[in-house]
Amino acid sequence: MSTVTQSPTPSTSSATRSTVNLCTFRLHEFMIGIDVTLVQEVLNRQDATRIPLVSDVVQGLINLRGEIVTTIDLRRRLGLPLRTPDDPCMNVVIRTADGPVALAVDTIGDVIDADESLFEFPPPTLSGPHREFVTGVFKLDESLLLLIDLDRVLDPSTIKIKTEVPA
Amino acid sequence: MNTSEFDDVMVEFITESRENLDELDTALVTLEQHPDPGVIAKIFRAVHTIKGTSGFLGLRTLESVTHIGENLLSKMRDGDMPVTQANTTGLLGMADAVRAILDNVEATGTEGSETYPALIEQLSRLNSGEEPPVAALAPAPAPEVVPAAADAKPAKAKTTRRKAAVDPVVEITDAPAPRRRGAKAGAPATPASVTQLKPRRVKANPPAKKVEEPVVEDPARMGEQLVERGLATETQVDDAVLLQTQGDPRHLGELLVEQGVVKPNDVVEVLKTQAEERPAANESIRVDVGLLDDLMNLVGELVLARNQILQFNASFFDPSFSATSQRLNLITSELQEGVMKTRMQPIDNIWNKFPRIVRDLSLSCGKNARLEMEGKHTEVDKTLLEAIKDPLTHLIRNAIDHGLETPEVRMATGKSAEGTVRLSAYHEGGQVIIEIADDGAGIDANIIRRKAVQKGLMTADDAATRPDRDIVNVIFQPGFSTAEQVSNISGRGVGMDVVKTNIEAIGGTVDVQTVIGRGTTFKVKIPLTLAIIPALLVNAGGERYAIPQVSLVELVRLDGESAAAGIESVQGAPVHRLRGKLLPLVFLNDVFGTPPSPTDDAINIVVVQSDDTQFGLVVDDISDTAEIVVKPLGRLLKGASGFAGATIMGDGKVALILDLLGVSQLAGVSSTSAARAQAEANANRSFEVTNDHESILIVGIGDRRFALPLAHVTRLEELPIAAVRTAGDHRVIHYRDQILPLVTLADRLGIYAQSANEQNLQVLVCGAGERSVGLIVDQVFDIVDERLEYSDRTETYGVMGTTVIGGEVTDVLDIRAFVAQDVLAAAEVAA
Repeated sequence: MSTVTQSPTPSTSSATRSTVNLCTFRLHEFMIGIDVTLVQEVLNRQDATRIPLVSDVVQGLINLRGEIVTTIDLRRRLGLPLRTPDDPCMNVVIRTADGPVALAVDTIGDVIDADESLFEFPPPTLSGPHREFVTGVFKLDESLLLLIDLDRVLDPSTIKIKTEVPA
Repeated sequence: MNTSEFDDVMVEFITESRENLDELDTALVTLEQHPDPGVIAKIFRAVHTIKGTSGFLGLRTLESVTHIGENLLSKMRDGDMPVTQANTTGLLGMADAVRAILDNVEATGTEGSETYPALIEQLSRLNSGEEPPVAALAPAPAPEVVPAAADAKPAKAKTTRRKAAVDPVVEITDAPAPRRRGAKAGAPATPASVTQLKPRRVKANPPAKKVEEPVVEDPARMGEQLVERGLATETQVDDAVLLQTQGDPRHLGELLVEQGVVKPNDVVEVLKTQAEERPAANESIRVDVGLLDDLMNLVGELVLARNQILQFNASFFDPSFSATSQRLNLITSELQEGVMKTRMQPIDNIWNKFPRIVRDLSLSCGKNARLEMEGKHTEVDKTLLEAIKDPLTHLIRNAIDHGLETPEVRMATGKSAEGTVRLSAYHEGGQVIIEIADDGAGIDANIIRRKAVQKGLMTADDAATRPDRDIVNVIFQPGFSTAEQVSNISGRGVGMDVVKTNIEAIGGTVDVQTVIGRGTTFKVKIPLTLAIIPALLVNAGGERYAIPQVSLVELVRLDGESAAAGIESVQGAPVHRLRGKLLPLVFLNDVFGTPPSPTDDAINIVVVQSDDTQFGLVVDDISDTAEIVVKPLGRLLKGASGFAGATIMGDGKVALILDLLGVSQLAGVSSTSAARAQAEANANRSFEVTNDHESILIVGIGDRRFALPLAHVTRLEELPIAAVRTAGDHRVIHYRDQILPLVTLADRLGIYAQSANEQNLQVLVCGAGERSVGLIVDQVFDIVDERLEYSDRTETYGVMGTTVIGGEVTDVLDIRAFVAQDVLAAAEVAA
């Protein structure tokens, strides 16, 4: 049921100094990273078609050159404060085994080579984004970079679908 | 040897062998009924080709299995060995083994470790004339898989290949004639003999191994044709053939002309016919299905791009751009139609497996079953064909296992010992209907009630109060099986629900009708194609939704005062009185929890049909109809009910396609008693044909009479033929300040028109205002008040059925085949 083919979970015990290539973006006040090889492309703000009866986490459907792509509002998904209409919004399109899925983020950052020695599992006191989605933290010079678990973020069984008519 | 060239040969071999195997199954079953040397020769050729090629390709197991089968067949061909059930079973076993080996080769590149010692043993026993112990087979009489036509005149069956194409009943004994009369008729060798059996699927490169076999001598059929045309008698031809065999080098035609039996012109005529039949071999090529799928996707994209350009064009006044986009529009439509056609395949492609299944099953169940097939040329999109294969197989298995009684029980109840399973397929209202009917015991609603309560599927009270029709549908629920005994064929409690799910997954429906003691009929309705469908676009809560045209019944608009009065409530459920009947209403905004944003005070009701329920969907606005390309929703949205997919609109935005069954379930319509009552009332025929008397218009087209409800026709007009113009690919006429598109019914129905009046056209105007269409008929006969009842089994395009009105046979016109649903609805609104 793995949606995402590879997920970078570097081990801290690794003796060799290797790096992971991460695509970074900003979400609320956090810097988040995902494996760059999973990113298909980045789009500007798109008008998504809303889908009734589906969890708010699903922002809607967008037309990506003739392909219909579901957009996930990553702020909602990670339980962060909602974006106001004036906030910037971009879509990071992720390749999955079942076709592309878009993540609505605030702004896109650089692609960085993060040294695996800087990786650490999330501290137990972690607040902010839902803990279940965070696999670890890269202690970069300028800031902390959160690594998120895309398999979990895109797990359809945790996205609620309403089957009852709202009263 | 591991070159790609070798792979190509292997792939070619596998594809070809599979086709041969499919024919082999059918041929073997036929053979059991009518031992016919021609059929044996055909089977022998198929097996021989597989054997020869497998030796060349180094497939040893395959070679050894087919070799021993071929030996047996050659004995049967030479008459040294009778055609027995044991022999047939052995050979069918061989066909299965060959299939398994081919599957292995395709999957792994090797034959696999299985060497089939048991099968080889069994076949060698058969070869030496011993009856092998086949414990699995019950000693039931062989099933009758022979069509009615062949029954009536079995001797004729083998010479009527060309007739078979128009015969509604499947022609299984469709083999080349055994008598090779006129083998040297004045014609070059016809294409590979295999192609003769299946004129639809012709091979570009016939297998190489043909000519060395004596049986491959091609029956050029000069003699047959002459006899068939009544130009020569069989004796005359036989005499001529005798001369040939005695060494006369002349062709059969020459001989007969010289003897004064036939005229030279007749021979030339026959040769011409033969020549016409032949080139087909070179005009078909094999195409990879993947390529066709890609093409279909590209055409889908093109349709979307076309829609966008057309929309752009509307806001852009440039004549040359406009002309170009119209041209693009036309070309796209034609391309779409063409690509669609390449994907259409006759339903026979899956049906041809069924004679074998019926034979094997009835043997193992101890039943006596006969399979009849009607409409095997009905064409269905390949993807859909694949999707219905398993459900249909399951329904057939059920019909034999559960439906038909054992011969003893049948005799005891006064039926013939032989049960019939009847498959029929036809087009109706843009859908394909497939019926699987058995004349067995029928489904006893009371047994279903008992079982359903036992299995906790419903309460005893519920079971007692619900009507039989409802109860019978419980068989489609998961976890329900009535088989007294679990057999290895069916009765494990999975099945009917899977059948229903699979058919619904492709946008189809399945319905069951049963009469105790008389039999059960399953009616499967599937769309013609999945990818591109016509749809109505509506707005609700600020979003656009597409409603598939097939579910649309009509549009109702309530304006001003009628808007307020038009919606009443029955115990809190909103309804609308539509022509005296209560139509349950569903407000789309309520279902989706979206804020209503009506454009005016009017209430727009889209009357739709879902499953057996009709209801009115209230939307904010109705915008347009469009051809839409159905795209699936991603995995993330799999559980979202109410949507059948999404599509991209002309402006590039995404719109959701409504799944009306899901919407009705969300709104709880399908279970309300009002809807149920409505559905019951509509169950027989949902479309406009009520049980009351109604005005029926009778028109003449060619030499035939057609009837249609007068309600669909706004006016009857006589318009001057001189005023007809051609616009685009349509004929139009200027009529009441509108451009009225014209449809010549004779052309569409394939009838030769006989215009009584050269100056004027008889036109039935349907619809109102801009949404009008003119149907051209030859004559308008009469308007009668009658109850329109008709037999609804027909395969003819545009005809719903046949009835007798005023003592004359009259076809009932399916007006929906010619006039779009919205035009009819416009007529309703106008009226």
